[in-house]
Amino acid sequence: MITLKKLFSHTVLTFALSAAALGVIGCGGVNLDNQPKYKPLAASRFFANGQSSRPLVEGTVPRGSFTTDSLLITGKVNGKLADLFPFPVTEQVLERGQDRFNTFCSPCHGRLANGEGMVVRRGFPQPPSFQTDSVRAMPAGFFFDVITNGFGRMYSYAPSVPVRDRWAIVAYIRALQLSENVAVKDLPEAEQHQLLGKAQ
Amino acid sequence: MAQLFHPRSTVISKASIVIVIIVLTSVIVAATEIYRSGYTTGQNVAREQPIPFSHKHHVNDEGLSCAYCHTSVDKSSFAGIPPTYTCMTCHSQIWTTSPMLQPVRDSYQTQKPLEWIRVHDLPDFVYFNHSIHINKGIGCETCHGRVDQMPLMRRQNTLFMAWCIDCHRAPEKYIRPRSEVFNMTYEYPKNQEAFGKKLVKEYNVQVNRITDCSTCHR
Ligand code: HEC
Ligand code: HEC
Ligand code: HEC
Ligand code: HEC
Ligand code: HEC
Ligand code: HEC
Repeated sequence: MITLKKLFSHTVLTFALSAAALGVIGCGGVNLDNQPKYKPLAASRFFANGQSSRPLVEGTVPRGSFTTDSLLITGKVNGKLADLFPFPVTEQVLERGQDRFNTFCSPCHGRLANGEGMVVRRGFPQPPSFQTDSVRAMPAGFFFDVITNGFGRMYSYAPSVPVRDRWAIVAYIRALQLSENVAVKDLPEAEQHQLLGKAQ
Repeated sequence: MAQLFHPRSTVISKASIVIVIIVLTSVIVAATEIYRSGYTTGQNVAREQPIPFSHKHHVNDEGLSCAYCHTSVDKSSFAGIPPTYTCMTCHSQIWTTSPMLQPVRDSYQTQKPLEWIRVHDLPDFVYFNHSIHINKGIGCETCHGRVDQMPLMRRQNTLFMAWCIDCHRAPEKYIRPRSEVFNMTYEYPKNQEAFGKKLVKEYNVQVNRITDCSTCHR
C-alpha cells in the first residue's frame, strides 16, 4: 500500500528528475528555433565563398531533362539559327510569353518591344526597337539565342528564364511585331468599325 | 502604552493591496505589450543591410515585377533572394560609379555572395511554402504589406501562429484572383465575402486541412 509519505517522496523525486532533464536539454544547446541545419541560401563558414550550397558543376543537366533536340536548346538546326518553333504555339504559350516578357524584358525593351522601357529612361543604353523591318526579318532562333547567351551590353537571361519560357517569350515577341504592323483590313470586322469610327 | 499601529494603518494596508494589484496588472499588460511589440518581434523595424536596397525605387519607380528578382516564389517553398548577377543586369551600365553599389561590384568580381540580413525568419520548427500560397491566390501584399512603398525592407506582420491561423480559418477574406498576386494596389471588391468563397471553391483550397497542426509542424 502506498503511504502518504511514499507518495510525497515519489512526487518530489519525479519533479527533481524532470527539472534535471529539462536542465540538461536547456543547457545541451538543443534549440528548435535555430536548428543545426542549412536552409536555402544560408551562410556557411566552412566554404571559402561563404555559401552553404555548392555551385553546380558546369554542364549539369537536371535529371529527366536531357535532350538532344538542338532546336529546343540552342535555337539552331544544323548549326544555323532557325526560323522554327520546337513546339506548337498555343494560346496558353502566348499568355505565358506575355507574362514572362513583361516581367523580364519590358523594363528595357518596353511593353511594345519598341526599346522604350523604364530603365532606359534612367540611363540604360537603348536597345533597338523590335518593330523595324530588319529585326522583324530575324529568325525566331535569333531571339532565343539572345535570351540564352546575351547580346552586347545585355546580359544572358538563362539563369532566370527556363528554356520553354524563352520560346514562349519569342512567340509573344512575334505576336507583338504582328500587332504593331497589322493592316486595317486584316482586323476582325467589329474592330475595323471601332477603329475607323474613332479616326473620323 | 502607545498604540503599536496607528488607526491610519488600516487604510494604508487596504490601499497597498489595491496598489499591488494595479502594479501587478500593469506589469503583466506591459510585458505582453512588449512581447507583441515591434521591439521584440522585429515587426516594422528596418534592418541594417550591406547595401541600402530600396524596393520603393526598384518596384514603384522602375516598375519591376517581384518575379524579376524573386524568381522561385511561384515554384518553390523559398521565394529566393537574387544573386549579384541579377543586380548586374542593370548596374553594369547604370550607377556604375555609385559608392553605394561598391559592394555589388566587389561581390560580382570576387564571386563572394552578398550577405543580406534576414527580415522574415520563422522558427525552424515551422514549415512554410510560398508556391502554394501564390498559386491559390494569396497576394504578396497580404503578408508583406506595401513593399513598393518601403525604402528599406521591414516586416509588416508578426508571423505569430495566430496570424497564420486567422487566415487559414477564413481564407475567403483574403483570397484574390491568381493574376493579381503580384499587384501591390489590388482593391478587394465590395462583395469580397461571396467572391472569396467562389475563389476558394474554384482553386480547391483545402480549408479543412490547413488548420491541422501537422500542416505547419511536420
Ligand atoms: C537591362 C536591360 C535589358 C533587359 C532586361 C533585356 N534586354 Fe535585350 N537588349 C538590351 C540592350 C541594351 C540591347 C542592345 C545591346 C547592344 O547592342 O549592346 C539588347 C538587345 C536585344 C536583342 C537584339 C536586338 C538586335 O536586333 O540588335 C534582342 C533580341 C533582345 N535584346 C531580347 C531581349 C529579351 C527577349 C529580353 C527578355 C528576356 C531582354 N532582351 C531583356 C537590354 C535589355
Ligand atoms: C531588383 C530586385 C528586387 C525586386 C524587383 C524585388 N525585390 Fe524583394 N528583395 C530584393 C533583395 C536584394 C532583398 C534582400 C535585401 C532586403 O531585405 O532589403 C529583398 C528582400 C525582400 C523581402 C524580405 C526578405 C527577408 O529578408 O525576409 C521581401 C518580403 C521581398 N523582398 C518582397 C518583394 C516583393 C513583394 C516584391 C515585388 C513587389 C519584391 N520583393 C521585388 C530584391 C528585389
Ligand atoms: C532592372 C534594372 C535594375 C536592377 C535589376 C537593379 N537595379 Fe538598382 N537601380 C536601378 C535604377 C534604374 C536605379 C536608379 C534609380 C533612380 O535614379 O531613380 C537604381 C538604383 C539603385 C541604388 C541607389 C543608388 C544610389 O546611389 O542612390 C541601389 C543601392 C541599387 N539600385 C541597388 C541594387 C541592387 C542591390 C540590386 C540587385 C538586388 C539592383 N539594384 C538591381 C535599376 C536596377
Ligand atoms: C501567406 C503569406 C505570404 C505570402 C502570400 C507571401 N509571403 Fe513571402 N514570406 C512569408 C513568410 C512567413 C516568410 C518567412 C519564411 C521563413 O522564415 O522561412 C516569407 C519570406 C519571404 C522572402 C525571404 C526569402 C524566403 O523565402 O524565406 C521573400 C524574398 C519573400 N517572402 C517574397 C515574397 C513575394 C515576392 C511574394 C509574392 C509573390 C510573397 N513573398 C508572398 C509569407 C508570405
Ligand atoms: C492570407 C492568408 C494566409 C496566411 C496569412 C497564411 N496562409 Fe498558409 N495557406 C493559405 C491558403 C489559401 C493555403 C492553401 C490551402 C490548400 O489549398 O492547400 C495555405 C496553405 C498552407 C500550407 C500547406 C502547404 C502544403 O503543401 O500543403 C502551409 C504549410 C501553410 N499554408 C503555412 C502557413 C504559415 C506557416 C503561415 C504563417 C507564417 C501561413 N501559412 C499564413 C493562406 C494563408
Ligand atoms: C498555419 C500554420 C500553423 C498551424 C496550423 C499550427 N501552427 Fe503552431 N506555430 C506556427 C508558427 C508560425 C509558430 C511560430 C510563432 C512564433 O514565431 O512565435 C508556431 C508555434 C507553435 C508553438 C511554439 C510556441 C512558442 O511560443 O514557441 C507551439 C507549441 C505550437 N505552434 C503548437 C501548435 C499546435 C498544437 C497546433 C495545432 C492545434 C499548431 N501549432 C498549428 C504555425 C502554425
